[in-house]
Amino acid sequence: MIEHLPVLLVVLPIVGGTVPLVASLFTDRAGWLVATVTVLVHAALAGLLGWTVWTEGSVSYAVGGFAAPYGIELVVDGLSASVVVLISAVALGVLAYARHAGPHSNAFYSQFLLLVTGLTGMTVTGDVFNLYVFLEITGLAAYGLVASGREASSAVAALKYLIIGTVGASLYLLGVGYALAATGTLNMADLADKLATATGGYDSTLVLTAFGLMVGGLTVKVALFPLHTWQPDAYANAPDSVSAFISALVSTVSAYALARLLFSVFTVDFLEAVPGARWALLALASVSIVAGSALAVSQTNVQRMLAYSSVSQFGLVIAGFTIATPIAVVGATVHLLGHAVMKGGLFAASGIIERETGATTIGGYAGMAARTPVAAGAFAVLALAMVGVPPAVGFLGKWYIVVGAVEAGLWPVVAVLLASTLLTLAYFARLVERLYFAEPTIREDAAVADGGEGTDGSRSSSGYRPDGGASVSTGMIAVVVLAAVLAVALTAAVPALEQLLEQTLPPLLNQ
Amino acid sequence: MTPLQLDLLTTHYNYYAVVLLLGIGLYMLVESANLVKKVIGMNVFQTGIFLFFITLAYRTGGNPPVITDGGGPYVSPLPHVLILTAIVVGVSLTAVALALIVRIYSEYGTLDEETLEQLYYD
Repeated sequence: MIEHLPVLLVVLPIVGGTVPLVASLFTDRAGWLVATVTVLVHAALAGLLGWTVWTEGSVSYAVGGFAAPYGIELVVDGLSASVVVLISAVALGVLAYARHAGPHSNAFYSQFLLLVTGLTGMTVTGDVFNLYVFLEITGLAAYGLVASGREASSAVAALKYLIIGTVGASLYLLGVGYALAATGTLNMADLADKLATATGGYDSTLVLTAFGLMVGGLTVKVALFPLHTWQPDAYANAPDSVSAFISALVSTVSAYALARLLFSVFTVDFLEAVPGARWALLALASVSIVAGSALAVSQTNVQRMLAYSSVSQFGLVIAGFTIATPIAVVGATVHLLGHAVMKGGLFAASGIIERETGATTIGGYAGMAARTPVAAGAFAVLALAMVGVPPAVGFLGKWYIVVGAVEAGLWPVVAVLLASTLLTLAYFARLVERLYFAEPTIREDAAVADGGEGTDGSRSSSGYRPDGGASVSTGMIAVVVLAAVLAVALTAAVPALEQLLEQTLPPLLNQ
Repeated sequence: MTPLQLDLLTTHYNYYAVVLLLGIGLYMLVESANLVKKVIGMNVFQTGIFLFFITLAYRTGGNPPVITDGGGPYVSPLPHVLILTAIVVGVSLTAVALALIVRIYSEYGTLDEETLEQLYYD
């Protein structure tokens, strides 16, 4: 069974995802249990796979017994194994949160498992067209999940997400077409060999167009500025459980896929042969860092601010991957995984604060630490970890990326990276200061109105969310506290991650 | 312009159709205020990509890829299979998009993007 692990990780949640729909014939509350059992098994398999990669190195699997490059190959190395483990862990955390916070319908948990399928598939696949299919499965499930909010605005946000996301995925597919025309193959490893020897080499129009379209398409999914416009609406209008889940994973796995394209398909040789492509991507990442932070500072709604913060943080991650020195790539991976835990935790904490106090805006957060000490404490820890205060994991990731940029002599990028820390501080420090040191603007008995200053009126006027009631369970608190602890404790796991990547990275980076 | 380039321009008219479909689709997607027309634009855009892949598979004088004695050369079957999958994906996306539009219409009573935006931000 061990050798079938990569494919089982994909098959398990998609089969599990059909069970709640069938169970709807008998009961409409079976979804959570089915999803939890499925994700627990998924986590066990992911752990086992991680252990296999740790002890024996990369695992490759030919789906259906058709050997690569003709069949679809699944490849799991240190990088993908760590992302798979992250997917399982975050999914478990979100399930613990959604147990009480809802939504509770069976259909929701089917989509939840479908999203786990798509994300796992994107992570383990070694085939560029297969990546497209999983990208769309992820997208479809994510659109449905965003629309699962009770308010009508969630459907508008989901449609916006769908249209922009589909254009992104379609551009990626067009890029795959160009790569296929240049090489006649779809297997990532095979593409890496054949792109180098394609007619005209790396400089040929065909290869450059393929690169531009594939990377451009994925940056829509990662939500780099200026292709991020779907993200704030989607995150702010989805139910809290969904915001926590997709903010932690969807962009993360897309960024992983982008790294996979850079290193396993186009390779570092391409980046060196075509400096223009590298500079374009670095410029996009740098603009994203600055613009995302600037937009985050100007927000009044906390969840929208967190969404814009993601735009900025993913700029950092993509910059780290594009610098492509070993230390920068380790840093980008650490920040990719760390950001998932921190941002998922922040969304979950903001959901709890909203349920307990009705606060959704930065003005509304004033003085709320006294009313929800645990959630506010976790929020503050996670926010400071995101800024990069040592010893939190956010610090280590950013530090490695900066060291990588200095080693590579990319001084403009170094300046942007350092400025990004200050900018992150600008929007998080303001919020933490309000939480602890400002006079409350929301009275305890009238925790409904929130000043009405949010751009998103339907949220600030309702105060609490109709889905799942306004109460908070121990499970929800535990998840947020765990995320805050992990944001600090994961620093201790970084050496292990480095060791895991040590076997994976050198061949990817040609060293 | 060399004869080869001229030849390419006059014989590869399938690619004109691809570019036109991509352009029209993207224009409808961005410019049309009606949500349903946006989805139609999305479909036209994807159709352009499908045609691009199918055109890739073509070769002059190629036979259907069913191996018979001395049957070659064959057209490439791979892009056809890919596009079969992509069409399924496209249909699912259209279904989800239309379902969302039905819900938006029942809540807001409009399909016009600008009217919706005003209602949405109120």
